[in-house]
Amino acid sequence: MQKNSPVINEKVAFETLEMRGITKRFPGVLANDNVNFDLRAGEVHALLGENGAGKSTLMKILYGMYHPDAGEILINGKTVRINSPTSAIQQGIGMIHQHFMLVPTLTVAENVALGLPSSRKPLTDLDRVSERIISLADKYHLSIDPSAYIWQLSVGQQQRVEIIKALYRGAAILLLDEPTAVLTPQEVNELFAIMRQMQSDGYGLVFISHKLHEVISISERVTVLRDGRNVGTRLTCDVTQNTLAKWMVGREIEFIKSTDKPQVGEVRLALEDVSCRSDRGVEGLRGVNLTVHSGEIVGLAGVSGNGQLELAEALTGLRPITKGRILIEGEDVTGKKPAEITEKGLSYIPEERMKDGMIRDFSISENLVLREHHKMPFSKHGFLQMSYINDHADRLIEQYRVKTPSRKTLAKSLSGGNIQKVLLARELSREPRAIVAAQPTRGLDIGASEYVHEQLLMERKKGTAILLISEDLDEILALADRIAVIYEGKIMDILPRETATKEDIGLLMAGVHPGETIRNEKCD
Amino acid sequence: MISDLLSATVIIGIISSGIRLTTPYLFASIGEMFGQRSGVLNLGVEGQMLLGSFVAFYVTLKTSNLWLGLLAAMGVGALMGLAMAFVTVNLHATQGISGIGFYLFGMGMSNLLFQKLVGTVEGVRGFQKISVPLLGKIPVIGEIFFNHNALVYLAFLLVPVAWFVLNKTTLGLKIRAVGENPEAADSLGVSVAGIRYLTVIMGGVFSGIAGASLSVALLNVFQQNMTAGQGFIAVALVYFGSWKPFGILGGALLFSMVNALQLWIQVLGIPIPAELAVMMPYILTLLVLTLSVSKGRGPSALTKVFEREG
Ligand SMILES: Nc1ncnc2c1ncn2[C@@H]1O[C@H](COP(=O)(O)OP(=O)(O)O)[C@@H](O)[C@H]1O
Ligand SMILES: [Mg+2]
Repeated sequence: MQKNSPVINEKVAFETLEMRGITKRFPGVLANDNVNFDLRAGEVHALLGENGAGKSTLMKILYGMYHPDAGEILINGKTVRINSPTSAIQQGIGMIHQHFMLVPTLTVAENVALGLPSSRKPLTDLDRVSERIISLADKYHLSIDPSAYIWQLSVGQQQRVEIIKALYRGAAILLLDEPTAVLTPQEVNELFAIMRQMQSDGYGLVFISHKLHEVISISERVTVLRDGRNVGTRLTCDVTQNTLAKWMVGREIEFIKSTDKPQVGEVRLALEDVSCRSDRGVEGLRGVNLTVHSGEIVGLAGVSGNGQLELAEALTGLRPITKGRILIEGEDVTGKKPAEITEKGLSYIPEERMKDGMIRDFSISENLVLREHHKMPFSKHGFLQMSYINDHADRLIEQYRVKTPSRKTLAKSLSGGNIQKVLLARELSREPRAIVAAQPTRGLDIGASEYVHEQLLMERKKGTAILLISEDLDEILALADRIAVIYEGKIMDILPRETATKEDIGLLMAGVHPGETIRNEKCD
Repeated sequence: MISDLLSATVIIGIISSGIRLTTPYLFASIGEMFGQRSGVLNLGVEGQMLLGSFVAFYVTLKTSNLWLGLLAAMGVGALMGLAMAFVTVNLHATQGISGIGFYLFGMGMSNLLFQKLVGTVEGVRGFQKISVPLLGKIPVIGEIFFNHNALVYLAFLLVPVAWFVLNKTTLGLKIRAVGENPEAADSLGVSVAGIRYLTVIMGGVFSGIAGASLSVALLNVFQQNMTAGQGFIAVALVYFGSWKPFGILGGALLFSMVNALQLWIQVLGIPIPAELAVMMPYILTLLVLTLSVSKGRGPSALTKVFEREG
């Protein structure tokens, strides 16, 4: 490397990209089955499909992380071999992964410089890298401080670092794997603005999503994958949301709504003036009063981090409370252990389903008996009854339509939707008296969400009391009979569904009572 | 008797020998730090030191060339590092267990070779004190800091050099990235295996020097199991120093000073049971480690196997 030569790569020349007949098999799954896909400079091509459809696999093949069993890749009409991320980068391909590939303990500039030759070899040239980051960031309005540590940045900002990393390496093709899944609605708009500008600068962008409205608003063309196969590629203008949904799921989708009147019975869950601390030691809940009756779904709406997690954990006995009482079917369970509360018939679907709900390295059948393994008929005299446990697993896998090669499959290798099904199977099959469901459809695709909603409504019909904690207002409005809004650890208000509007809930979520006038303090 | 400890000569003596005793800790610990920063925990340091110690001693004994002895110690250290890297990086062996395996190997091998090739206690003429011109003449300070053998100076020089390599070079950046998020480093074309081989071999080389510093610079003899746990203390020092060269320096100084104090207590015949005195550094290790657990967070990928899927 010549002294002071620019180590910043120019954008690679790119006209067209074509993937032909890509097939990729994992043990027990055909992730891509003869898939075709193409991309032109200056377009956003959406790749749509449910979880597990094979979208990430196809893009990881393009990025050299997986090696296909069959198929070829052509760039600008010429066959290329991409067998590592390094060769993908040389071909001008950059990937923004679903799980970011950043080193949290390094700065933005260090993350960008990592793996690139330096102009001051063997020393790093972070000053030059920072300058170039700033100029790239200015061009695409990314506003990033090169000297900030990654752990200090919000998820949206981290995503921008990923984009800068790719641009810095001269990428002309950007693969964005579910980039909106982790963003707030406002950040999604900002990302779309960045994408549009890159598009007009001649970049080719692949946008992966399972959210129909996003695909329709950002893409020129859309390709749908289902079970590893192409369903079709169309100009986005030529298709409707319903067609895409049908292609994706393989059948008509009915957007579920509970319409019948609830058969409300006695109070099953009650929080009386409950306060507790959050993980950071500050007040997480501040005098919460809430009841859930038999046969009703109470929705708990709120911006994340306003006490939802604390409330769920207080109810399930996972978090000690500092004040108040918690009652299950009229019985005081304050201070009881989680296991005792489980015994009272409370089921819990935790927000972090992989971390708090399952054991990653246990099989499905083991995960299915986590709660009840010590009881008859799963164990006798301290010995696990494997044949009963296995039958139980097979029965639930079928009943809850879990898609898995076998009951021995480890939980960690299931897709999000199937993990949630296993969790539901475990929690619902014990015939609970009450359920706390936290963000039960977060990260799930349409089909799996629909399934979860169906199950919750069925429980409601059976007379179970359900507390549905969700940040998705549409979900709450579709399912809940009463809607409680939480803000800074307090219940702002509880609205019956019939009179609740999105606007009012939105205001309550921001800590404002509808009708109240908001004044800027500076104007006083 | 206790008052003997407070005389000026004794205090100077304690500090000066404390500084000298820091040498093996610094080499071994800094080497281990590089491995750990890249995600590999090598518990075999003790074994590498023992073998390095013997080889340096033996080659010096036969050739009377100290630098050749040192080079040989670096060579065996490198070989043991290479083996450790192969077992953990390629064969995905559990790091803790394989490290203990290498410790036992190093100990057994150095004993065996000593018995077969030397047999009796023999001394060598080791690295001699070099008084730094001018500085060495300063009263007290000169005696404490500037009258040591070459390896002592090298060990202290290693600390800022290691800091610089880790924080200012592209290699250091890669090492830090590989130890925190190997998937990310791999996705940018950094060879995770390559970096880990390099750091673990480098660690072996430094452990070899650490061993040599005992047999041809500090004590100038070889005895079976002469490291007496210093390799393990060196691993502990990496944690104590929060994976930072200057943190390790602080820890190494602390331990060596306690060690020097304990030696002088025995020399002066102060009525503390010798066994108790010898235990002091180890007790301190335990204490300090328990107190420092909450302090730092190690590299996220430490002890984790990296494998590209697909
Ligand atoms: N590394 C892997 N090992 C085994 N199976 C995998 C691996 N990666 C993906 N799969 C499987 O391949 C299928 C497609 O997965 P993926 O491409 O991640 O889907 P999508 O991104 O569309 O949600 C899934 O059934 C998934 O479980
Ligand atoms: Mg995916």
